[in-house]
Amino acid sequence: MRRLEAIQAVYPKLERSIVVTIMGAVAAELQSLGHRPNFFYLQHAMGLASSLGLGLALCRPELQVVVLDGDGSILMNLGGLTTLARYRPKNLLHVVFDNESLLSVGGFPTATATGSDLAGIAAAAGVPRSTTVRALAEFTDAFDAALAAHDLTTIVAKVEATGPAGFVTDLGLLENRFQFQRHLRELNSETSDVRHQRG
Amino acid sequence: MPVSVASSRLIYDALKSAGVGLVSALPETWLVHLIRMAEDDPEMVLVRLAKEEEGVGISTGAYFAGVKSAMLMQNHGFLAAINGIVSCAQLYRIPLLMLISQRGAFGERDPWQTEGGAVTEHLLDALRVPHERLQAPGHVAHKISQAQTLAYSANRPVALLLCRDLMWEE
Repeated sequence: MRRLEAIQAVYPKLERSIVVTIMGAVAAELQSLGHRPNFFYLQHAMGLASSLGLGLALCRPELQVVVLDGDGSILMNLGGLTTLARYRPKNLLHVVFDNESLLSVGGFPTATATGSDLAGIAAAAGVPRSTTVRALAEFTDAFDAALAAHDLTTIVAKVEATGPAGFVTDLGLLENRFQFQRHLRELNSETSDVRHQRG
Repeated sequence: MPVSVASSRLIYDALKSAGVGLVSALPETWLVHLIRMAEDDPEMVLVRLAKEEEGVGISTGAYFAGVKSAMLMQNHGFLAAINGIVSCAQLYRIPLLMLISQRGAFGERDPWQTEGGAVTEHLLDALRVPHERLQAPGHVAHKISQAQTLAYSANRPVALLLCRDLMWEE
């Protein structure tokens, strides 16, 4: 499975979620499919995309949050999996694209290339739903099942170690940050309006 | 345990007055009362961490979600969080309110705390993180309010150092 086709297959669902990605190929590929104001690309701070998603999910339980993580990044914050599990936000879907390498810096193998099992680590950390998928249909099925289950899920998607030619895109980091914040604020006021109307 | 309950209460009440709705924390001796106060407060989201750097990500998520937050950590936790502070909070101009227990300063009896105490303020300076020491109980509410105001106007991390004179009753 190629990561780009996996992202493309779930893109309509990402459009309706709050999405946080890691740096590098994941960010560039999602942008190549079309940037949206509800997508935030954490272009550094490796390991923290899942923590950022946790903060969002805990504070905005009415929104579905999807984190697009990678093996190199989550390996830098394995302890964070225990924190995710501890608070178990039902609205957080944690996808880890595992290409078993640090692709953007020369393709050096990560520990998943030598047997470390991220879905197993997530399960042992206490994440209630975790699975490893290798084929595109398996990935989309697991993605849909996670959204339907409405419970914290880690999907480890084994993908080919291929990516885009470059990682710098036209979208400025701060442009993305302020747009994302404003989008969430507007969602907040829309939600308040709905509550007000109902009240 | 001679950690000051009164000062912890002042700090906690100041965080509440500042509208803080989420605190991340990793236990350390000087923070025990603060963490218990957060735990006992049904209005507060308390996120217990495995490592302090996670707290930068969680506070960033909370900020985007429109919730004010604070990070409670020991100075060694600050040391463990530095990459996140630089490559998340500073890179993306995120206001962070960091309350850091300043272990290892004058009066410290634990030998293992002494190196961290000697470098913390230098590192805050090197990172250009505005910081002040909190020593007098009478300054707590005002300083926490001011620190948060600057964090939001500058869109940057700020730090208050919880010092021995405030936190420890001999």
